Amino acid sequence: MKLNRKHSALRPGEADFRQVIPAGEYWIDTVKAGRTLRIVDLEGNQAADTLFFNAADVAERYSAVDTIRAQGNVYLGCGSKLLSTAGNVMAQIVADTVGRHDTLGGACAAESNTVRYALDKGTMHACRDSYVLAVAQHDELGLSKRDLSHNINFFMNVPVTTDGGLTFADGMSGPGQYVEMRAAMDVIVLISNCPQLNNPCNAYNPTPLEVLVWDADVQ
Amino acid sequence: MFHEIHIDGGKHWSMTLRAGTRLRIVDVNGGANVGMLFYNPQNLLERYNAPDTLKCQHTFKLTKGHCLYSDMGRIFCSIIEDTVGWHDTVCGNANRELVASRWGEKRYQEYRNEWTQNGHDAFLVEGGKYGLGRRDLAANVNWFSKVAAAEDGTLQFDPDNSRAGRFVDLRFEMNSLVLLHTCPHPLNSAAEYPRRAVALQLSKAEPVAEDDFCRNSRPENGRGFANTELYLECGSGGAA
Repeated sequence: MKLNRKHSALRPGEADFRQVIPAGEYWIDTVKAGRTLRIVDLEGNQAADTLFFNAADVAERYSAVDTIRAQGNVYLGCGSKLLSTAGNVMAQIVADTVGRHDTLGGACAAESNTVRYALDKGTMHACRDSYVLAVAQHDELGLSKRDLSHNINFFMNVPVTTDGGLTFADGMSGPGQYVEMRAAMDVIVLISNCPQLNNPCNAYNPTPLEVLVWDADVQ
Repeated sequence: MFHEIHIDGGKHWSMTLRAGTRLRIVDVNGGANVGMLFYNPQNLLERYNAPDTLKCQHTFKLTKGHCLYSDMGRIFCSIIEDTVGWHDTVCGNANRELVASRWGEKRYQEYRNEWTQNGHDAFLVEGGKYGLGRRDLAANVNWFSKVAAAEDGTLQFDPDNSRAGRFVDLRFEMNSLVLLHTCPHPLNSAAEYPRRAVALQLSKAEPVAEDDFCRNSRPENGRGFANTELYLECGSGGAA
């Protein structure tokens, strides 16, 4: 299995911003061009459902389909350029201790949970509800449900088979694993720390994530 | 009821189709690509969701037996027949820059109906007729196009996936706004801009039986049909 892994030289103690995101909660903030964002899987196999918007024009946003088509590969790893709906590079993965992340599976939603698991799961918490709350509580950004599209699932392993199947494998992440990206434009980053309780991928145990931001490259 | 509409290659079209309608899309000359998006006409924020469609059915390709899901856990349409076998929904569209770099831009001024339209702009035009804009676009279906992923995830476009006369039948399970274009697939590397016509054949579908193939192809789809039937019977998903 080909994995694009690379360790970072950045030191957590020198980060300009650090925040733990508990499972079931969201984090939304602007990361300026040139700054580095790290997402840490503190306890392992936790999904970080992540969206990006151009801070100067939020109608331009992360595009999963343009990203995978342009790189000619369905998986994200170190070196992957995260493209927007307009074909611009929003950020690039510059360090990654896991080497493979999903952008096909989308975020969990209360409504899709009824289909995937059982009709009575429709009132359980889900990433899409965190997204909707995030944009409602930050309406100064001009975002709404309309802007919530296909995301990246950092730390999720969703292998595609050569005959066209989609499988949900045990994660390849673990405690302390991280992915790091450098913003190529001013981006609004929206992360839902996935609250999913129905999927064995996180051992039915959602755990915290941490985000770190370095204002300048100190390598 | 039977209507046939011919759509040349490199063009676009849209219509709100009622629940219970069957749409057959025929690849007239072989090698067609039909980009398609779906919206709920009663709530345009409810749109086709490719990730939900794939993960609910544990599939990377679309073919007979699959249902196309909205982000609200409901089914816009089911694939009730398919003589192709593999349709893509993860590669999106070509835009103007991609078309120009691959085939050269043929502007309308010089080429009239033979201009090189692209799928991204085609969706903006058709969606704009209903108040939709770039914020409303999503990962679309590319009917007749096959893109497989190798073991390491490398994407492989199959230029011989569809032949003349091949077709796919969609049965609409709720009222759906359909946007479509016949512009080239973004991974098609043909030497010339591929301009492939399709025929759209509209008729009334047979009612969905309890033993329906799509409803029973996976347990998830049984629940998807239950959600959709609730919406038809008690919500606003049915009759015009």
